[in-house]
Amino acid sequence: MGNGDDPQFLPLTQLERLLRSLRDAGYDCIGPQLKDGAILYQSLESIHDLPHGLSDLQSPGSYRLTENQGGRLFDWANGPSSLKPLIFPPHENLWRANKGSDGGIEFSSYTPDIAPLAVLGVRACDLAAMERMDHHFLRPEKQDPWYRKRRESLLLIVVNCSHPSDNCFCTSTGTGPESRSGYDLRLHELDDGFLIDAATDRGEEILQKLELSPAAQQMVEEAKEELERAATVQGQAVAVDDFRPIFSGREDDPIWERIAERCLGCGNCTAVCPTCFCHREEKIPTLSLDSSTHQRVWDSCFTAEHSMLHGQPVRREIRERYRQWLTHKLAGWHDQFGESGCVGCGRCITWCPVGINLVAESAAFAVPEEGVE
Amino acid sequence: MVSRSGVPMEAEIVERLQESESVFTLRLRLLDEQQRHNYRFEPGQFNMVYLHGVGEVAISIVSDESNRHLLNHTIRAVGRVTRGLEQMQKGDVIGLRGPFGRGWPMEQARGRDIVIITGGVGCAPVVSALAHINRRRKHFGRVAIVEGVRHRRDLIYPDRFARWQRMDDTQILLCTSEPSAPWPWHTDRVTEHLGKMDIDPSGALVLLCGPEGMMISAARVLQELGIDESSIWLSMERNMQCGEGFCGHCQIGSYFVCRDGPVFNWTEIRELLAVKGI
Repeated sequence: MGNGDDPQFLPLTQLERLLRSLRDAGYDCIGPQLKDGAILYQSLESIHDLPHGLSDLQSPGSYRLTENQGGRLFDWANGPSSLKPLIFPPHENLWRANKGSDGGIEFSSYTPDIAPLAVLGVRACDLAAMERMDHHFLRPEKQDPWYRKRRESLLLIVVNCSHPSDNCFCTSTGTGPESRSGYDLRLHELDDGFLIDAATDRGEEILQKLELSPAAQQMVEEAKEELERAATVQGQAVAVDDFRPIFSGREDDPIWERIAERCLGCGNCTAVCPTCFCHREEKIPTLSLDSSTHQRVWDSCFTAEHSMLHGQPVRREIRERYRQWLTHKLAGWHDQFGESGCVGCGRCITWCPVGINLVAESAAFAVPEEGVE
Repeated sequence: MVSRSGVPMEAEIVERLQESESVFTLRLRLLDEQQRHNYRFEPGQFNMVYLHGVGEVAISIVSDESNRHLLNHTIRAVGRVTRGLEQMQKGDVIGLRGPFGRGWPMEQARGRDIVIITGGVGCAPVVSALAHINRRRKHFGRVAIVEGVRHRRDLIYPDRFARWQRMDDTQILLCTSEPSAPWPWHTDRVTEHLGKMDIDPSGALVLLCGPEGMMISAARVLQELGIDESSIWLSMERNMQCGEGFCGHCQIGSYFVCRDGPVFNWTEIRELLAVKGI
């Protein structure tokens, strides 16, 4: 485990108590559950709803659940849902305009009406992604109040990842499989219970209510070994963290065209990406036009509308849109935020209907082919 | 913590001017006294202009920054929002969020010869810079204004050009690429006439705005004339929805045009401008 206090041991039989303590402290709880053939975060009533004995098989363009023998609850890699919809929902009402009888317009801001929310089963990659979203929506000089309100409502209970999928590469992005900071409570699943530690006062309060004993050294060692295995078992790795020198001057490289021949421009990758923040702003007027709600809605740089200027898209070709997405994620993000926009979760690879692999495609630029340079 | 601007401010249309067939100017007054008092902008910045129930559009501010009572926007009716705004009349109320973005480097421009090159309605972003210069005329050197329009009917602000021409040490070169009588000015593209500018290229500072192709050509010719590339500034356009660097639409390379621009130094953006579809 990491650098916090020595972990305590939460027996599997006591996990329900954790959930109850969270509710007693005023939190709504969500956690991973089997739904529509995938593991998704849903409102969590009981630990019996957790994905008991389920694992997953992921490859480019493929996600399948399998049963496993061990009977653990968190023996799977991330499904399509990340923390993104919780802090930056697909639809967010921003403000409303009411037309007055005097011809004026009364503007009023919406405030998200949300209860404190505890999320059980957050992975390290998603925690890292949320921190990157923080750097965008909570800039020192200007903060987004809607994002902030949702962000502050979250209590984050991470579970270290001991089952990365074949599409994962968080070791190479330095964002997993162990969570080292940014969580309230951290669990590491063992066969008959969890190591648990807290990193914040809010987490500590919950932990103390559970009245647990310190974990045995042997358990800590076991967890450490599992994490080492999870880190080394990952089948792929990004070539570098910062692709700026690699993409520089390669805007017209034929590799982009070869990717574009396969890319459908569907935007699945941007929808599942935990750091894609693009959104359009839409008006939803009432039929009478007396009132109109201004809403932000997830958008994707793979659409023609995203770059529309004077009735024409700036990025007309899929080649240009894929280039925008990948170069922003792996290179431009460093200029904007001093870090990569990719956290190695592998979702864009799994949920791409044609199995385009970000790791492989970006690697093609890192190893120049003959005749390309 | 500084929050984003959030909701628009109410603005009343005090006057509406038809500049050309499809271009009009709205003179606006913020209705809330406190907002009116606090509102300050720099030449080259823009507002998100809201038409009730229809949407918002990014429009540069064309008024004189020292006029604390009125804000002007010159708008071409081309899209859903701007065609709707075209129907608005004196007394109607619209919404404004702003001002946003980085404007022209007016401090750096002090004491230097100024070159202003624009195309079509592209001249809107430089109008408040011209007002700024006009108000402090002795703090600036010679001024050359080169404006290109496709057709005579596209020329807006004829009275302003007449007024600018009366400013001391100010040269105006108006060009059209589709000449039609009566056109007393030049024909061809603006780049054909840059050599006629009566300025000192070694110390001049350039404000460029208009179609990207025109700005790229102009920047090349200006450098051939001996103007340093770091003295060339240009105003960029991209799809904008939030205006505050959040929505991601206006990105070009690593820049968010709405907050890193819309005014850029040529050296910041020349490589990006050379790439198609970036």
